[in-house]
Amino acid sequence: MKSFLVLVRRDLSLALRQGSDAAMALMFFVIVVTLFPLGVGPEPGVLERISSGIVWVAALLAAMLSLDRLFQADYDDGSLELMLLTPVPLELLVLAKCLAHWLTTGLPMLLIAPLLGIFMNMHTDAFPVLLASMALGTPVLSLLGGVGAALVLGARRAGTLVALLVLPLTIPLLIFGVSAVEAAVTGQSAKAQLLILGAMLMACLPLAPWATAAALRQAAG
Amino acid sequence: MNWFHWLANPARFMRFAARLQPWIMALGLLTGAAGLYFGLFASPADYQQGETVRIMYVHVPSAWMAMFIYVVMAAAAGSFLIWKHPLADVAAQAAAPVGAGFTLMALITGALWGQPMWGTWWVWDARLTSVLILFFLYLGYIALVNAFDDPERGSKAGAILLLVGVVNIPIIKFSVDWWNTLHQPASVARMDGPSVDPSMLLPLLLMAGAFKLYFLYLLIVRMRGELTARRIRLLRLSDIA
Repeated sequence: MKSFLVLVRRDLSLALRQGSDAAMALMFFVIVVTLFPLGVGPEPGVLERISSGIVWVAALLAAMLSLDRLFQADYDDGSLELMLLTPVPLELLVLAKCLAHWLTTGLPMLLIAPLLGIFMNMHTDAFPVLLASMALGTPVLSLLGGVGAALVLGARRAGTLVALLVLPLTIPLLIFGVSAVEAAVTGQSAKAQLLILGAMLMACLPLAPWATAAALRQAAG
Repeated sequence: MNWFHWLANPARFMRFAARLQPWIMALGLLTGAAGLYFGLFASPADYQQGETVRIMYVHVPSAWMAMFIYVVMAAAAGSFLIWKHPLADVAAQAAAPVGAGFTLMALITGALWGQPMWGTWWVWDARLTSVLILFFLYLGYIALVNAFDDPERGSKAGAILLLVGVVNIPIIKFSVDWWNTLHQPASVARMDGPSVDPSMLLPLLLMAGAFKLYFLYLLIVRMRGELTARRIRLLRLSDIA
């Protein structure tokens, strides 16, 4: 448990001291969303209708953009091999790295999402559900993204490839995330969709680090 | 399990496959011809769908193959990672483009059928979407395997990706039961027997058999090609050395 916390703290301080990486994903998230009113026109009705989908899609893309720093630096400078040599289970270390990744990308996106909701004329009643769906969904992004990021270590054009691999797997997340917010916008209960998102998180929490660790072992071995 | 290890020797597999190949082709051509005859001429048109029902004899077997090949590839990936079976990885890589082709065919024939029947080429319902994800998984696997300078790394990374993607298979299979979708529910593999009339079931099963044999034939051709390519590469390398 101690090494888990140490690794989280190390990754957090690395991300905060070279703050540009984490900030860039967040800026990308904001810029993609602001492009839509310019692209589809500023009518409030149209924007309100598509707001939940746009915020979610932008979050997916921004998360893809930030995945390369999950393992790449550790792979390049050899820290990854040291992590493999420690007696701590690799799955636990992967979980720590995914947690740190979520704290530096998922959480800031979650916090700024209501602001983007206001940009997009989203009904304020839907904000709690938007936050809840993203709170459940963005950790899944970090966990699934970890699998992809570990698989493409050392590949050519890894940044594009990881998006090709991970985005198809995130489609169920997008479907239920968006339909939760849409249910809230139309005044229905979003409980079912949120429960399914929670179930996805519960399934990914043990399974994704397992696959990620297997991928890391073959990348380093 | 004995034959499984017996075939692990590439040279033995090459001889065995070469002997099997013409039989599979003959049997496949026969089944395919019978399936086409019954499907196009000797089966009735549907009382609601008319002649378009014949698209089903291609669509349904391709969709079955799309899932079947993925499961085969995942099983091969598993035996490659667990037992380091030398041919399992060759099989998975050889099957991938075939699987992607069948998935594309299922999507296209589905769209051709959907236009006159549902009035639209495409709807974003659970089954169509999950089959589209399956298609992307195939493409992602092919891209990942070819993205490394060291082919060994590509094989292992691809094998792990295949096993991760297996979660999609039950979602596709049960999507029509779990969600209330436009796509009709299962009508052949049901607990209370198929709900398709025997006159239509016969060509459907014949075509499914023909597609399976076609896949097996292509798999053997592609695996033999890959093994030969590897041997040539080794010979060239030993020439340089």
